[in-house]
Amino acid sequence: MTTSGLDPARPVGRRVVLGLLGLGAASVAAGPWISRGLGTLAGSLSAHDPTGLSALIPGAGWRYYTVTNSFPYHSPASYRLAVSGNVDRELSLTTTDLRALPRTRLTADFQCVTGWRVPNVHWEGVRLSELLDKAGVQPGQSDVQFVSYDGTYTESLTMDQARRSDVLVVDTLDKKPIGRAHGGPVRLLVAPMYGYKSCKWLSEIRVVDRLIPGYWEQYGYDQNAWVGRSNGRRDAPT
Amino acid sequence: MTRTRGSVDPTGDAMPRRDDRPTTLPRFTRAETWVHRLTAAIVGVLFATGAILYDEQLSLLFGRRVIVEGTHIVAGLLLPFPTLVGLWLSPQLRADVNVMSRFASSDWQWLRRRDRRRARLPVGKFNAGQKLAAAVMVGAGLVLFGTGLLLIAPARINLPVNVRQGATITHDLFTFGLLVLLAGHLWLALRHPEAREALRSGNVDRRYAEREHAAWAKEQMAGRYDR
Repeated sequence: MTTSGLDPARPVGRRVVLGLLGLGAASVAAGPWISRGLGTLAGSLSAHDPTGLSALIPGAGWRYYTVTNSFPYHSPASYRLAVSGNVDRELSLTTTDLRALPRTRLTADFQCVTGWRVPNVHWEGVRLSELLDKAGVQPGQSDVQFVSYDGTYTESLTMDQARRSDVLVVDTLDKKPIGRAHGGPVRLLVAPMYGYKSCKWLSEIRVVDRLIPGYWEQYGYDQNAWVGRSNGRRDAPT
Repeated sequence: MTRTRGSVDPTGDAMPRRDDRPTTLPRFTRAETWVHRLTAAIVGVLFATGAILYDEQLSLLFGRRVIVEGTHIVAGLLLPFPTLVGLWLSPQLRADVNVMSRFASSDWQWLRRRDRRRARLPVGKFNAGQKLAAAVMVGAGLVLFGTGLLLIAPARINLPVNVRQGATITHDLFTFGLLVLLAGHLWLALRHPEAREALRSGNVDRRYAEREHAAWAKEQMAGRYDR
């Protein structure tokens, strides 16, 4: 069929398709730079954005992950945090118990191993070392395991890492109670490491005498997940 | 229809030929209307499930992430099939794709002129805007399909995290771009009921075709009466 084919027609459509494929490939290759640029842009926009729409900018803000079928839920009233394993006194803490302990505030960028980064996140909670001391770690315990009440997710740190001052059990995110999608009411925050270490929906802290690799570590992610110095990435430290 | 030029009887009543013209012209085959319908349905599913996976509020509202994610992946993998099967079975779809991918000089005029809809340009079966939009949809669709494949690559392949990050951001950006384009696509569909009817029945209102696709309509009419 010729449609007004009087003049030589050029395959513009094909060129547009190929051009977009090239653009897509370039964008995949330049992903880290694009994400960083968009993150910075959205960060500065969100400061003047009462609508919250800037959170929809790709590469900006939080992304929500769960390794199970749903976002688990515990109301702050029904929530209990167990500190167990090889400790002198097993603990079962309510959210009120956590609020009564010495509080720590911390502001840090949150960096995910998949690339997104949320600048200047304000966290508030209790130092993990505070809870470990309260429970009394028995001699010879080298590691701490974290269990999520989603029933599947686990994480772990060495005892030295767990005792750092920037490792917290948090219940407040940007001055608000931590929401369900963010791992509330209580989650772990390992500020200097990639996000997967910061176990969401935290239900149990187990003191153990050997390393038990966590959920993502079993898929090959690094145990010592320092931001910028692991998983083959070079992000700025958080 | 076997009517020929001779059917205009010079000795008969002075029936003007104009009144003999059909009210509609055949525009799309069954295969083409079904390719469009199925692809539209799949794209609808992809946008709905994608939005649930992307947005916190929608995530919390729907839960059932395994099902939502699985649906998104299956729909994404199915996306090319209506078109591929259509291309395989329908010579007219192949011909139309060929027409769509080529730009004649009238297409450049159509793009340049602000009075493009009144200028009586010799527009073929598709105008330049339709051609460009189709090409962008195909290109963006391929990029989304490719980056989607990267995103579902099993963890044991050990895709470098930078590639995963690039695929994530690219998938997002092209989704937003395509969303804008499809919003325009729906807006135009809303304003052109004749075009919607053509995709439903395969036939387009003749006067609409003469207005919007003058060269194509003329050709169709010539095919009917002059050969």
